[in-house]
Amino acid sequence: MNHAIVLAGSAAETTRLVGFWILAIVAVAAGLGMVLARKAVHCAVLLAVVMLCLAVLYLMLGAPFLALVQVIVYTGAVLMLFLFVLMIVGISAADSVIETIRGQRLWATLGGVAMLVLLSLVIGHAVIGPAAPSSAKFGDANVTTLARLIFTRYLYPFEITSALLITAALGAMVLAHRERLKPKPTQRDLAAQRVASGRPTPLPGPGTYAQHNAVDMPALLPDGTQSELSVSQVISGRGPSVPAPLPGGPGAPATNGDSQAGDQ
Amino acid sequence: MVTPAHFIALSVILFVIGAVGVLVRRNAIVVFMSVELMLNAANLAFVAFSRMHGGLDGQVIAFFVMVVAAAEVVVGLAILTAIFRSRRSASVDDANLMKY
Repeated sequence: MNHAIVLAGSAAETTRLVGFWILAIVAVAAGLGMVLARKAVHCAVLLAVVMLCLAVLYLMLGAPFLALVQVIVYTGAVLMLFLFVLMIVGISAADSVIETIRGQRLWATLGGVAMLVLLSLVIGHAVIGPAAPSSAKFGDANVTTLARLIFTRYLYPFEITSALLITAALGAMVLAHRERLKPKPTQRDLAAQRVASGRPTPLPGPGTYAQHNAVDMPALLPDGTQSELSVSQVISGRGPSVPAPLPGGPGAPATNGDSQAGDQ
Repeated sequence: MVTPAHFIALSVILFVIGAVGVLVRRNAIVVFMSVELMLNAANLAFVAFSRMHGGLDGQVIAFFVMVVAAAEVVVGLAILTAIFRSRRSASVDDANLMKY
């Protein structure tokens, strides 16, 4: 009986060790990938991987509240904010490879290695003891104990934090605010503008009379020609997507008449 | 057996990766992400030391670090959008107007 308990305990320890190593390797690999990835969106996704790994590590360390906060605040809010700003600031902008300071990358890497050695020496010489005997503080009573600490010993920092958050929200609103220079056009202004533009009707829809029912296919006009206006400028800006004329269509050369007959 | 030393070592590695990212990258958003990685590494060290000492003060500090990091990201990204609006670039090298 006793033997079985010891075996089960060691098995749980082994599971924890394996879990730690998997998470650590994934986190370090994702962190390295974040530094090395060219596109900023890839960086954001890899950072999300690191943060989720850290959340699980917090669970292993007996901090379930922080693990949840990590997932909700970091992975949920902060990273979404990052992605939001990335979409505004230009998702296509890959990092330039040209170094403005000569040898910056080399020296930065060397500095990183030196820092790693220094910190490793520090923690190698420090006495990092084993974990304290596990208690309810690191399990079921984690949230209540944390709440008691925050609202007693750390009450003033906690209140000052609220001031910090309000200041940050105000600052973000002031910084991101854009003053309206022209008065907002009314519906009457918009109508006059539309009539003056020479095209009072909406633009033709794409692909309405085409063979394919897709937004990148230009519509066919009654005389058989293709209407460039029917394809959105965003799509046509990506490259020449205007396809060959429809086989056997009114505007197409009559070479494909046989194939069309075969289709029928 | 997983000891707090394991977690401290991992936190050191992540911190150094973040520091190198801050030095190497040009895109200001990625620089911010690297700063976040460094803050996360510091948080991991806090939580590991809290586990080692058996008190929850380290977890409270990590909680405050998260709050400050959230505030920092909000203001930093607002500054970034303001710079991008006026200069059409998110590169840290292009914001050199006051250099000389």
